[in-house]
Amino acid sequence: MFLAVNILLWLVVAVLAFIAAMRGRVLFNAGTREGALEFLRLLPRIGAGVIGSGFIAEVLPKALVASWIGPGSGFFGVLIATLGGALTPGGPVVGFAIGAAALKSGAGAPQVIAYSTAWALYAIHRLVIWEVPLMPARVVWLRAAVSLPLPFIAAAAAMVLAQP
Amino acid sequence: MTEANPPRRRRRAFDWSTAAIAALAAAAAVAIYVRDGREHFLAIFGSDLTLFGAMLPKVLAGCLIGAFVTMILPRELVARWVGHESGFPGLLIAAFFGFLLPGGPITIYPVAGAFLAMGADAGAVVAFITSWTLIGYTRALVWEFPFFGPHFVIWRIVEAVPLPIIAGLLARIALRAGVRVTAERDE
Repeated sequence: MFLAVNILLWLVVAVLAFIAAMRGRVLFNAGTREGALEFLRLLPRIGAGVIGSGFIAEVLPKALVASWIGPGSGFFGVLIATLGGALTPGGPVVGFAIGAAALKSGAGAPQVIAYSTAWALYAIHRLVIWEVPLMPARVVWLRAAVSLPLPFIAAAAAMVLAQP
Repeated sequence: MTEANPPRRRRRAFDWSTAAIAALAAAAAVAIYVRDGREHFLAIFGSDLTLFGAMLPKVLAGCLIGAFVTMILPRELVARWVGHESGFPGLLIAAFFGFLLPGGPITIYPVAGAFLAMGADAGAVVAFITSWTLIGYTRALVWEFPFFGPHFVIWRIVEAVPLPIIAGLLARIALRAGVRVTAERDE
């Protein structure tokens, strides 16, 4: 499975690199350099998030996690998880790392889905640090406002379908 | 092909959220070492390191995909497809592009900002960003799979499929009700 993912991703890279190369050597070089630099910039963030996630999961108070956002916590658990997602800092892996840790510590799947959906859509830190400098602020706030109900809808779908 | 790239934010290899997570992780690691001893500490460290190593080739691929797509994407064409007159199909197209387009937080917002500047409708841009955030395939493959595994991620994505359309429709309702947005960035 994970090998297939790698092959798929690198096939996409190969196709895109080929298209860029057809358009000219400069474009190909610029894309390669930009991608490699981005990778280097991300390395410390991913390192901290991934290597830390196992330790953080291990010290999470499992009884507390299970009672607040466990499978039996229902709508209240979804609400807590959504709030938690909005308040989690918005790096590339932080939300996934904490969500996976919570799942291992006894959180319910709909609650974790609400958490990671809220974190992905409107982590406050990311809105302010990444999105507002790059987009018209009014569009950012409009997008955040209309996204407010989405974690609840996703969690409700997870409850109705009883999956994952 | 357009070269009207919005100004890029200068980025450093260090930021405060990473530092906060690193500090939290270090505290947790020390707590485990003290509480459970060296064996247990090394076991967790080993499995985290394996996960990290397994992610690296995917992350590198994701970065290269993001860089190439940002460069070769015909933005004007896309903006026309998801413009003010695009209606419901425009939302669907925007959501589909969000699924298709790779990249991390910095590659997507300049693209979305460029769409707006070229006349895309704000509802479509909302659908685009929501879709990219929730069902974008590179994001799922590069970042989410290693943590949650395929079963959880695939079901999470299935349950997120209607969300970009809902967000786009809500945004259009808000716009029609008199919420004003501009393509200029207010500094």
